[in-house]
Amino acid sequence: MRIEISTETLYSDFVKKVEAISEQTLISCYQCGKCSAGCPMCFAMDLLPSQIIRLAQLGLEDDIAKANTIWICASCITCSVRCPKGVDLARVMEALRLITSRKNIDQVQIPEIPKETIAQLPQVAMVGGFRKLTA
Amino acid sequence: MEKRIGVFVCHCGLNIAGTVDVEQVVEAVKDYPDVVYAGNYIYMCSDPGQELVRTTIREQNLNGVVMSNCSPLMHEKTFRRVATKAGLNPYLLEIANIREDVSWPHENEKELATKKAISIVKMAIEKLKRNVELTPMVVPLHKRALVVGGGIAGITAALEIASAGYEVIVVEKLPYVGGHAAQLAGTFPTLDRVPCLMAPMIAKMISHPKIKVYTNAEVDEVSGYVGNFIVKIKTSPSYIDEGKCNNCGLCLEKCPVTCPSEFDCGLAERKAIYITPPETMSQKVLIDPGNCLHLNGDECRACEEICPTKAIDFLQQGITVEKTVGAIIVATGYGLWDKKNIPEYESDPDVIDGLQFERILSPSGPTGGDIRRPSDGKVPKQIVFISCCGSRDPEHGFTYCSRVCCMYIAKQAVLYSRTVPGGQAYVFYMDIRSDSKGYEEFVKSAMEEERVLYLRGRVSKLFRDGDKIKVWGSDTLSGKSVEISADLVIMATAMTPREGAIALARKLNVTVDAIGFLTEAHPKLQPVETLTTGIYLAGTVQWPRDIPDSIASTGGAVSKVLSMFSRKELLHEPTIAWPDEEVCSGCGICASVCTYNAIEIDPIKRVAKVNEAVCESCGACIASCPSGAMRHKNWNARQFMDMIDIATGAYV
Ligand SMILES: Cc1cc2nc3c(=O)[nH]c(=O)nc-3n(C[C@H](O)[C@H](O)[C@H](O)COP(=O)(O)OP(=O)(O)OC[C@H]3O[C@@H](n4cnc5c(N)ncnc54)[C@H](O)[C@@H]3O)c2cc1C
Ligand code: SF4
Ligand code: SF4
Repeated sequence: MRIEISTETLYSDFVKKVEAISEQTLISCYQCGKCSAGCPMCFAMDLLPSQIIRLAQLGLEDDIAKANTIWICASCITCSVRCPKGVDLARVMEALRLITSRKNIDQVQIPEIPKETIAQLPQVAMVGGFRKLTA
Repeated sequence: MEKRIGVFVCHCGLNIAGTVDVEQVVEAVKDYPDVVYAGNYIYMCSDPGQELVRTTIREQNLNGVVMSNCSPLMHEKTFRRVATKAGLNPYLLEIANIREDVSWPHENEKELATKKAISIVKMAIEKLKRNVELTPMVVPLHKRALVVGGGIAGITAALEIASAGYEVIVVEKLPYVGGHAAQLAGTFPTLDRVPCLMAPMIAKMISHPKIKVYTNAEVDEVSGYVGNFIVKIKTSPSYIDEGKCNNCGLCLEKCPVTCPSEFDCGLAERKAIYITPPETMSQKVLIDPGNCLHLNGDECRACEEICPTKAIDFLQQGITVEKTVGAIIVATGYGLWDKKNIPEYESDPDVIDGLQFERILSPSGPTGGDIRRPSDGKVPKQIVFISCCGSRDPEHGFTYCSRVCCMYIAKQAVLYSRTVPGGQAYVFYMDIRSDSKGYEEFVKSAMEEERVLYLRGRVSKLFRDGDKIKVWGSDTLSGKSVEISADLVIMATAMTPREGAIALARKLNVTVDAIGFLTEAHPKLQPVETLTTGIYLAGTVQWPRDIPDSIASTGGAVSKVLSMFSRKELLHEPTIAWPDEEVCSGCGICASVCTYNAIEIDPIKRVAKVNEAVCESCGACIASCPSGAMRHKNWNARQFMDMIDIATGAYV
C-alpha cells in the first residue's frame, strides 16, 4: 500500500510525544542498523529495532503498534550503548511502549492463553503482565 | 668500428627472477657475437645497480648497452641518463623488456619464459648493432598560454599563469565569463554567496595586464606543437560599438523580441538586444543574431533608432586573430543531461533541474531571491529533490556518479529551509556521497537542523494533480511505497560532457572517452596531461567535479605549464621519421596519414619534408610509404628484419 508522507505525518503529535518522552531526536538516527545487528531479542521480533525507529521518524504509528517489537524489547540497552549517533533507542522503545499502552488496546487476549501456560506462570507475573498489557 | 656490447640482466627482486632463470639468460648471451660483457644484478635501477652499469661501460669500454629489465616506460630514461654519465650516447642503449613482456604473462611457464627472455635480449642486441648516435633536438618555446573556457577553472588557470609573469589568452564561447559557477546561488558546505567568490576573480582577470580575454569567441584552428602552437581565434560580432555604447539600456526597452534568458536557464526572459548578467562582471550590451529581427531580414531597426549614441552597428564583423602559444589548457566545463530524457517524470513547469533551482535561490535570480515556483509564482511549501537523474542509471543514462549532486541538493535544501518558514524539503536518494572536508557534517546538519527528510529510494513517477505534483517513490528503509504531494520538484540531472567537446578535442588533437569527457594521458600518473604534449585539462571538462576539485585539478595543469615555461627551451626526441629524398616520389600519402600534420611535400623538390619538432615518432608514414622512402631513425627496416629473424628463429 502507498502511504502519504507530509508535514502532518512528520510533525504529528505522535512524533512530538515520542521525542518528548524519550528525550531523543528521532531524525538523528541515520539507519546504519547497528542496533538491530546487536539486539539479543531480534530473533523473536516482527520488525527490527532500526525499522521501528525509521517508522517513528516517518510518524507511522499504526505500523509500530501492529508489530511485536516494542514488547519483545528486553530494555537491555545494548543498542543505546553501541549506537554511533548516540541515539538512546531503549528510551525510544520505552516511550513507544508508554504511548501504545495508553491507547487502551489489549495486547494479550486472556482467553487465548493456553491452560498449561497459565498453570506454569507465577501469579504475580500474570497480574503484573495483565496490568501492563491489557486495557 | 668494433662493437663492444654489454648486457645487464635485472632480477627485479623476484618479479623477473621468480619466473625467468636470469643466470641462464646471461649464459646464453655472453658469447653472442659482439657481446663483451653479460651480468645480472638484483635491482639494476637501484644506486649500486646503476653504478654497476656505469663502471662496466667505462671499464669494458662499451659502445652499446642492452638493459634487460622492466618496460622502457619505467626506466628507459633512467638508464639513458646513466649511459650519458658514463660517456656513452644515450641512443646506443636499448631496453629488452623481460618483465611486462615475459615474467608477468608467463608466470606459470618458467621454461618458456626463460627461452622467450633470451630471444628478446638477442633481438635488442641485433637492433642495437644498427643504432646510430643521436642528440635530442632543441625547439623554441613561446612562453604564452592559451586557456580555452572562462569558467571558474579557466579563470583560475589564467590568473595563476599570469601571476607567474607569463602572458595568457582566454577564449570564452559565451558573451561573458564565469561559467556555471556564476549561476550558482551559494556553494556547499560553507554557503558562500557566489558573487563574493567569483566577482573579485573575474574583475582581476579582466583588468590583468598579462591577460587578454576574448568573449563570444572560439578556437577556430590549432596547428603546431608544444612550445609553438599556432591558434586561430574567431570572435562573433556583438553589433555594438563598445566605444560608443554607454549602457543606457534604452534599446532594451524598445526591442520587440523577447526570448528565454540562457543565464537564468529559461526562467526569465530577455530581449534580442540585451546586457550580459551582472554576476559575470561584464555588463556589455550585445545583439543575439539568432533572435534579432533585423539580422534575419526584417525592417525593424528599433534599437538603432532609439540609441542616443549611435552605437548599434548591424554591419559589424567578427575578427580572427592568430597567436602563437607554448601551452594550452582546456577548461570548457560540463553540460547537464536534459530532464526530458526520463518520460515517467512528467514535463511540467514546476519540475525543474538543479541549475534552474540555483537561479530561483539566487538573490540576483529571476525572482529576486524569493523562492517562487515557475508555474504560478506561489511559494512552494513542500519540495522534493530526486537525485541520480540519469546518473548511475545504465539503462537510460550513464553508469557513472555525477559527484556533485548529493552535495548541491543538501545545499539547496538548506537554503530553501532557511528562506521558507514551515517549508519541508524531501530528498529521494540511493546513497549520499559526501566525501570531502566538512561535507558529511553538512549533510547531517541538513537532516538534523533543517529537518530535511531523506528517503532512500528512487522515484518511479511524477504527475500533475491539480495544484500539486504527485511524487510516487519508495522508502526502502521502512519498506514502504510513499507518495508526496509536492509544490515543486527538482531533478538532479547528470553532469555530461559539454556540447561541442568532441569537435574541440578533434581540433586540439586530444582524446575523449566513451562518454565524451576529455581524457588524461594516464589515470594515475598523468591526471592533468593529455596525450598531446603541451595540452592540459582543468576542471569538469575531464570529469564531474565540484569547485574545490576543479580548482585543484587546475592547479595541477598550471604547475605543468609553469614548469615548462621555467625552461629556456624544449628538447624533442630525435628518433623521428626522415625521408630518403632519392627514393621519395612526392606522392603525399605520408602527409595524408600523419595525425600530427608533421609532413609537407616540398613544392619545388617534390619530396616529403618532416617537421622534426612536430613528428611524434608514431611510424604511420613509414608503414604507408609505397616506395619505402620514409625511414625511422634507429628503427630502420633492417633492424626490424634482424629482430624478426631472431623472433622466428625457432620456426626456420
Ligand atoms: C546545480 C548545480 C549546483 C552546483 N553547486 C555547487 C556548489 O555549491 N559547490 C561546488 O563546489 N560546486 C557546485 N557545482 C559544480 C560546479 O558548477 C562546477 O564544479 C564548476 O562550475 C566547474 O567549473 P568549470 O570551469 O570546470 O566548468 P564550467 O563552469 O562549465 O565553465 C566552462 C566554461 O567554458 C566555456 N566553453 C564551453 N565550451 C567552449 C568552447 N568550445 N570554447 C570556449 N569556451 C567554451 C563555457 O561557456 C563556460 O564559461 C554545482 C553544479 C550544478 C549542476
Ligand atoms: S544504531 Fe542508532 S543510528 Fe544505527 S540504526 Fe540503530 S538507532 Fe539508528
Ligand atoms: S533591430 Fe533587433 S535588436 Fe534592435 S530592436 Fe529590432 S529586433 Fe531588437
